[in-house]
Order: sequence, then C-alpha cells, then structure tokens
Amino acid sequence: MRANTWAGRNKVEVRDVPDPSILNRRDAIVKVTSTAICGSDLHLVDGYVPTMQDGDVLGHEFMGEVVEVGAGVDPGRLRVGDRVVVPFPIACGACAACAAELWSCCENSNPNAGIAEKMFGHPVAGIFGYSHLTGGFAGGQSEYVRVPFADVGPLKIESDLTDEQVLFLSDILPTGYMGAEMCDIQPSDVVAVWGAGPVGQFAMDSARLLGAATVIAIDKEPYRLRMAEEAGHTTINFEEVDVRSRLLELTGGRGPDKCIDAVGMEASHGSAHLHAYDRVKQAVRSETERPHALRQAILSCRSGGIVSVIGVYGGFLDKFPSGAWMNRSLTLRTGQCHVQRYMTPLLRHIENGELDPTRVITHTLPLQDAARGFDLFKNKQDGCEKVVLKP
Amino acid sequence: MDLLATTTIRRPVSDVYAFWRRLENLPTFMAHLQEVRSTGDRTTHWTASAPFDRSVEWDAEITDEVPDERIGWRSTGDADVPNTGKVWFVPAPDGVSTEVHVLLVYDIPGGKLGEAVARYFGEEPHQQLDDDLRRLKQVLETGEVVRSDGAPWGKRARKEFPQRPAQPLSSDEIAKGEAA
Repeated sequence: MRANTWAGRNKVEVRDVPDPSILNRRDAIVKVTSTAICGSDLHLVDGYVPTMQDGDVLGHEFMGEVVEVGAGVDPGRLRVGDRVVVPFPIACGACAACAAELWSCCENSNPNAGIAEKMFGHPVAGIFGYSHLTGGFAGGQSEYVRVPFADVGPLKIESDLTDEQVLFLSDILPTGYMGAEMCDIQPSDVVAVWGAGPVGQFAMDSARLLGAATVIAIDKEPYRLRMAEEAGHTTINFEEVDVRSRLLELTGGRGPDKCIDAVGMEASHGSAHLHAYDRVKQAVRSETERPHALRQAILSCRSGGIVSVIGVYGGFLDKFPSGAWMNRSLTLRTGQCHVQRYMTPLLRHIENGELDPTRVITHTLPLQDAARGFDLFKNKQDGCEKVVLKP
Repeated sequence: MDLLATTTIRRPVSDVYAFWRRLENLPTFMAHLQEVRSTGDRTTHWTASAPFDRSVEWDAEITDEVPDERIGWRSTGDADVPNTGKVWFVPAPDGVSTEVHVLLVYDIPGGKLGEAVARYFGEEPHQQLDDDLRRLKQVLETGEVVRSDGAPWGKRARKEFPQRPAQPLSSDEIAKGEAA
C-alpha cells in the first residue's frame, strides 16, 4: 500500500510499504477514507520530537471502514463494514487510567513505555504515527492502518454525515474542546486563545459553546485571524499590536479570565531577544521548547485565572514564569486530549449544528501529494489552515 | 545483585496470585525466561536465555507460599547462577487493584560467566524487571502482550532498540519473527 512516511528532518515521502496485519487479538484493520495533517505532525517533521526513524508511517487523524477484525474484538462493539473515526491515543479500556477516563495516559498501550518513562517520569499511551516514544505504531496517512484495542476507541458513524464533518473527532476538535473545558468557563468570562490554527479555532468555538462572553484569538497570520473573525471571535495580531496592552484594553485592565495555549513548542515571535535565546537553545537541543505563547499566557491571565495548555510540549523549557504563576494564584491545566471522553458528546454537537468542523478545511489533496500538503501547512502558503488527504 | 520492582494491576489479589503461582506463566512476560516446567508440587525446571545464544537451566523449589499474599522460591542443586525470588501481593488503596512487589536476588559468580551475566543485564539491570512487570500488567489487564509495528515481538522489544520503522511488517518478516 501507499503511506506517507518520515524521511528525516524536514522531509516526508509517500512510499510503498507492506499492508498491515493483525498483531494482537483485539486489532482491527481500517481502510482509510480520509486523513489529515496535524500541527503536531510538524513537530515530528521539524525534528523536535526524539525517537523518529526513517520510514515511520505518519498520521494520527484518520477515519475509514473496518475491513478486518481480530478474534478478540467484541462483535457487539465493532464489525467488518463499520464506518469509524479512530481516536489518536491508543487505549486499552482496562487499566486504572482508562477507568478514570484519562485515555491518553493509558498504562498498557505503549510497548515502549520504558523509553517514555525515562523522558516523562511515567509512561504515556501509545499514539498512531507519533514517534517510538509513544509506541512505534504506524500511522493513518496511509491506505490501511492497524488499530489496536479496536473495540475500545473507534467511534461508529451511523448517520450520513460526511467524512469532513466527523474526521476531526479523531483529535483536533476534542483537543480544542478539552482546552476550553479545562477553563471552567463562567458566563462573564473573557477567554483568550493563543494560536489560530485548527486546534485554536476549535478551542474558540468550544469556549463560546461553553458560554464565554468574549473569545479573543491571538496570531500573526491575517488569514487565520480573518477565519476566527468570520466565526465571530475578536482578534489580535501580535505582529501589529502589543498583546498585553491590547488584552488589558479589551478587559478593562483585568486581563483575560482564562487563557488557552494552542501553540506549543514551536512558538514564533514574541520579544526578539527571548525568541533568539529559545531558538538557539532549541537548535543545539539544550531546550526542546520555544514556549513563548505559554509565557505570555501566564503573564497576561488575570489573577486567580486558569491557563489551559493544549499545544504540544515534548521535553523541557526555560524561563518559566513561576513568579507570576505562584504569586497570582494561577491554575495551570493541561493534557494530551482524552479523545475517547469527548467523541460522542461532540458528535451530538455536530449533528445539532452547534459546531461546524468543516470550517477549518482549506485544502483537500490526494495522499500522494502529502509532501506538498506538509509544505503548504508548515509555511502557511496559499491560506493553508487544514489539509485533508484522500488515500 | 538484588532487583526490586513494583506495579499495580487492576485485578483482585486472588487472580494475580493464581496467575503467578502457576510459574509456567512467567515466560509469557519475563523477557529472559524461555520456559518454566512443573516437575512436582513445589518444584520446577527453568530455562533462560543467556548471552551468545546459549541457554542456562536450573531447578527451583517453592520455599514459602501464603495464598493471596506471597510466594518465595530458590534455585536448587548446582545452578550456574544461584538465585532466589520472592513476590508479594498487597490490595491497593483503590479497593479493586493489586500491588505486586517482586524481589529477585542473583548470586553472580566470578570469572567469564559473571562478566557475561553482568553484560546481559546491562547498565540498568532493574529496567528489565520493570519491563517484565509492565508486560504482566498488560497480560492480566488486556489479555496479552501489546505489540506495535516498531516493537512487534512483545517481550523481545527491548533488545530491538533502535527499532524497526513504525510501518507494517511484510508476511516474511512476520513469519521470521514468530519463529525466532
């Protein structure tokens, strides 16, 4: 089959690889009908996540049709022919983390838990197409994919919603939603969102759905800010105005009640000298993050507020504003999204027309053109917000 | 050399105890063991992989046994690497899980054999036992050892790092791996 693979830093390549087969009794094989490129895939391609290997099949946002199930798959949960969206964290459904609905912290799904533990203190769940640190699972930017614990995670789509309407239940819609949910939003809240990429856009829509009075998008790409504005959100272009001053103006000097970092480890801009400091440290691998958005979110948030982090971080960061965090009673919340927790309720919101995930799609390309998709997305060419790939 | 490791398994103490008491089950999750065969009510014959494609064998007997609480064993006779083991089971505070604590003690001989054993365990000997217990947890909680494309061979995963790429295996690779 054809699959999009990691081919070293800044290079992806669609290659011929073997078709997947059942390795565990509760596996299923899914024929992929739609898949997408995620902002977090860029961290892999840019070389900031360790333990990638040449030939790793990428992709953790995908959906399709079940074409084979292992002998251990509960037929009451999943059968050949089912149309499914697959959540990106692989979760067993049986451990204490899964029982507590902390699916992305599943204690059993990562065969390389020992390696993850060295990096993170405790292991994390397996993730499709996301380095060997998270298990070494082949991803879904491919014609077929093996899905472990297939009777736990995949969500069956039984209505006639299009792929485009439900595909993002695999990651970015629940991730954005969890970012807003972690904010404990109150009706009077002003919620500021750093990053107007797809996850940021969904965090904004979710914050409004959860009752925020005002939602503010912070980015530097005019087309991304326009997209947020068209969805009814207030915008700040950090290349044109000072973010802190503008946030103070918009909030009567209080600062946003809740702040969401939807940027993560490769933030750009900010104060020039601090950016240069992070860029150099990251380049020589003595710091894995450029946490500018997180620092600014902490410094901007009103005292007693919540800073919710859904942008991906992978290792260690410098110059964490611990003084602001501690002295101003801020709460910091975060997590890789526990996608399985949100898929069904968010599907209802899509069915009811309260959320429209298709609004972020700007490009649909054949899988064969994955490299072009990565290029458009990474370099923000041609107004690229979200790329859907069709195998 | 003393190795101590602990894990928590979301199964009642009686299940976890019963699984471990059937010592023949140990090779399903302990990387170095090829086979444990019962030779009597309290005696077993163990086969383990050793460096240079050798295997070492020894007899063992259960020395201590309190149902749903603890099991102790030791090698008998003229074992190349005399060893003892002890596992104890403690109900976890959540009311549904079991803490498993394992202590393995190896009496590593001098000379070439001792050096080979030390090399086999590497710089972090406890890592192997930690990984063994992770697999025990996978087996008891999910039914089997979890495999990925990068680490397809279950308990042999650690020996295979750096791993094969995370892309599906060909049928030849699968056949070769199953046989090995």
